[in-house]
Amino acid sequence: MSSSAVRDLVVGLFVVAGLAAIGYLSVQVGGLNYKGEGGLVLVAHFDDIGGLTGRAPVSVAGVTVGQVKAIQLDDLLRAEVTLDLDPGLELPTDTSVAIRTAGILGDQFLALEPGAEEEFLRSGDEIAYTEDALSLERLIGKFVNNAGLE
Amino acid sequence: MKAPAIESVGARSTLAVMKLGTFAVLGGRIVRAAVMRPYRVRRQLDEIFDAGVRSLVIVCLSGATVGASLSLLGYGTLSRFGAEGFLGALVGHALVRELGPVLTGLLVTGRAASAMAAEIASMVQTEQLDGLRMMSIDPIDYVVTPKALAMIFVMPLLYALFVAVALYGAFAVGVDLLGVDGGQFLTSLENALDFGDHVLQGLVKSLVFGVLVGLVAAYRGYTSEPTSVGVSAATTGTVVTASVCILIFNYIITALWGV
Repeated sequence: MSSSAVRDLVVGLFVVAGLAAIGYLSVQVGGLNYKGEGGLVLVAHFDDIGGLTGRAPVSVAGVTVGQVKAIQLDDLLRAEVTLDLDPGLELPTDTSVAIRTAGILGDQFLALEPGAEEEFLRSGDEIAYTEDALSLERLIGKFVNNAGLE
Repeated sequence: MKAPAIESVGARSTLAVMKLGTFAVLGGRIVRAAVMRPYRVRRQLDEIFDAGVRSLVIVCLSGATVGASLSLLGYGTLSRFGAEGFLGALVGHALVRELGPVLTGLLVTGRAASAMAAEIASMVQTEQLDGLRMMSIDPIDYVVTPKALAMIFVMPLLYALFVAVALYGAFAVGVDLLGVDGGQFLTSLENALDFGDHVLQGLVKSLVFGVLVGLVAAYRGYTSEPTSVGVSAATTGTVVTASVCILIFNYIITALWGV
């Protein structure tokens, strides 16, 4: 091999390694994915979502099956949360969803609890049964007020 | 009527605007030479080898040590609160968004951009660029443009390699040396970082820094005085100007991107 061919090879290796590093950062670390629009998209309404944020994980029995795609305010001034779940997931129509916290100081996530109906939720459906975020401040407030009444 | 103080202000302002104008014209000529024929592929590959491959060792070595020391530093503070599990998130945030692009930019400035400016400046001094002009070869097209383009091209690649090696260094120190759980480290790293908010920001930063460094080095070298002092002034000026530009633009991009 001539010296310029060796040099070309080294440049090629460098470029491939650089692109691989970009790919690693984007896909593995950055969580970029090309699932497309094929996922199961569900909507849920809450009175109070607490500190829930976009990209928060959604789990069934503790297993992550998707993430929060969008959070916005609906016409009735409630929080409308859009969930993007794995396409093959079969959730009964009476499934409920609750906002939970991982540990005491951890991030908030959505926990799905499957119901017992025979039919399954399809993309675009709404989860009717929702449970708001547990607000520690509100709980303490209630406790203090009740204690004061007695 | 004479007002020497005001005269000198005027002269300095004119000079500053003239320099900015020359810089912009040079940038325009580089862009034109890049998009118009002839495409000098061989020259381009050689310059990518010089700017990219030759910077690889220093970039990877720096990445590994920066990641490792960041891991030590973060562990000391986080372990006080029993939050070692978040070490990956801390290291990842710092490296991907700020330290990665800035340190890569500064390292490439010191290693490759200074050499690029010195080379062009010494070609000015020894009248090699005039020689090219006599053979009706545009020195911007043949000498300057491949160097500037190589700088722009290799910067994102070196950034990604820097961060990947730094994350590995942080993992090695945090997990193997300090005993943080490996799975916890990777999970917190991957959960904390988002492509659009963090990785893309780092890539855009490194690309902008590549443009800055390439243009500054080209300008300093091409407009240098044809003396040996001119060569050293071009080299020093490149490192100083490019480094300060990197730091200023880093702040601007971070601020515009939102936290």
